Amino acid sequence: MATAAAHETARSQPSGAPESADDSTAEFQRAFDAAVAADERIEPRDWMPDGYRATLIRQIAQHAHSEIIGMQPEANWITRAPSLRRKAILMAKVQDEAGHGLYLYSAAETLGTSRDELLDKLHSGRQKYSSIFNYPTLTWADVGAIGWLVDGAAITNQVPLCRCSYGPYARAMVRICKEESFHQRQGYELLLALSKGTPEQHEMAQDAVNRWWWPSLMMFGPPDDESQHSAQSMAWKIKRHSNDELRQRFVDICVPQAESLGLTLPDPDLKWNEERGHYDFGPIDWSEFWEVLKGNGPCNEQRLSRRRRAHEEGAWVREAAAAYAAKHTTGGPGRQSDVDGTTGAHHAANANGENVNGETGAKRA
Amino acid sequence: MTTPTVKDTALAPAALALGDDALVLSHRLGEWAGNAPVLEEEVALANIALDLLGQARMLLSMVGDEDELAFLREERAFRNLQLVEQPNGDFAHTIARQLYFSVYQHLLHTQLADGDGPFAALAAKAVKETAYHRDHAEQWTLRLGDGTEVSHDRMQQAANALWRYTGEMFQPVEGLDIDWTALQTAWLEQIEDVLRRATLSVPEGPRTGAWSAGAGRQGLHTEPFGRMLAEMQHLHRSHPGASW
Ligand SMILES: [Fe+2]
Ligand SMILES: [Fe+2]
Repeated sequence: MATAAAHETARSQPSGAPESADDSTAEFQRAFDAAVAADERIEPRDWMPDGYRATLIRQIAQHAHSEIIGMQPEANWITRAPSLRRKAILMAKVQDEAGHGLYLYSAAETLGTSRDELLDKLHSGRQKYSSIFNYPTLTWADVGAIGWLVDGAAITNQVPLCRCSYGPYARAMVRICKEESFHQRQGYELLLALSKGTPEQHEMAQDAVNRWWWPSLMMFGPPDDESQHSAQSMAWKIKRHSNDELRQRFVDICVPQAESLGLTLPDPDLKWNEERGHYDFGPIDWSEFWEVLKGNGPCNEQRLSRRRRAHEEGAWVREAAAAYAAKHTTGGPGRQSDVDGTTGAHHAANANGENVNGETGAKRA
Repeated sequence: MTTPTVKDTALAPAALALGDDALVLSHRLGEWAGNAPVLEEEVALANIALDLLGQARMLLSMVGDEDELAFLREERAFRNLQLVEQPNGDFAHTIARQLYFSVYQHLLHTQLADGDGPFAALAAKAVKETAYHRDHAEQWTLRLGDGTEVSHDRMQQAANALWRYTGEMFQPVEGLDIDWTALQTAWLEQIEDVLRRATLSVPEGPRTGAWSAGAGRQGLHTEPFGRMLAEMQHLHRSHPGASW
């Protein structure tokens, strides 16, 4: 982008002392507003309002936490997958979610926080993850329903984030969305095999869709008139569409897909509205949403305690890696992230989240 | 109860031995999902599990239907080493199991890839994966052995505990043209080298169990294996003839 370089000098934080704090803040604010208005990307070294930074940290952290907590309901079926092909697909999917967590924690780190700090907040309940993962995976078909509906809803939410005003987040989302769309197709295909399989398999698929449909619609968040953060996030171009718009888009995508699956969606009010050009759907039980959010979902306790346990039980391993790195790295104490030196993926190019902010680093180094 | 057919009897002993090793270890590594000590290890352990599962599928498909063989055989028909079926334990136990097995598998694949037998092509592909598995295990053995006092003790205990399952690896497998004595010598050398660099001592004590009937290669397994199979096979067996 030709204009990007011109704005850059105005937006980048000076390394020397500013002449007058007030003047320069106002100037930076103008440059920031202009950049957002012009659909340019805000990069880590650019000046940004505190609220913008805090909102992004909160949102990216919650997203990262959702990726790693979201591993649990699906990992629940890895050891019982009914065919080796499905087992490979499921393991790869759960691995992708770990990779998504890595990219997103890296993106959050560009805003001046650290993965450890964010994990602490998750473990102590100060930051949330998506409530959808507080529902249990009761049968094998739930793996398919999660792929089709939960990854499907995630894509609907996340595709617009690829154009988010914050560069590292937007770039992470481009990579993540590609993988989520694989997950969505694989989930659909799993359900299709069940739906066309034995009567028991068909019933298993229908039951799973019945249980996951409404929670998936809640993934878009509360209705627009009750959503706390929406307006400011839209102004900052962190968010591009309202919760209700995205929810409607998702319903419109799912209805015909359910038909081709040979499954029904558990909503008697679902029908095409010629005038609106959308499907109408029934009222969502928001009391369930708020209850699950408060901690009263079927698995809140289980998910969080398992996450804490894995973290606590791994503490001695992380300490060992740090101690080893400190002993064997010349020029200073080892960082914990040295852990990933040789252990990262060799063929999952997604593994280290290394390039989330790489572009920025290179440009400004 | 249908018994899966194993075709091509000449290849069968080796395909089942190597295929079951990969299948069972992949399953155990899959149990780590969501429980790893650090996010990077979620990715790394899953990578290794996926490589092994890919190898297992190719090997089992050489001699039958991969799913029938995986899900419908009884415990006594599995030919994997007892080493790979051992429960994950703590991260040190998983790493010790990885170290012992991946050094073995890498040496085995290297020899097979150099030959012109029926497993040469498969081994040539797998040897690259196995080299990564070996490096991963070696790096972690060094970190844990030479990390903190706690990690050193845990790693030493794990290395000791699994030592008794390592002798079985060098039992000749019918149909594989391998110099087993040389393989064992090379394995011992490499393991001793890694353990020494990790400030660990080479375990003493026997490398095989005292049961003269044999071990995993004879279809004689340890108690945790039956429970592992029960979990792995349950869903498939609950829907006879269904496709997934
Ligand atoms: Fe994801
Ligand atoms: Fe996903």
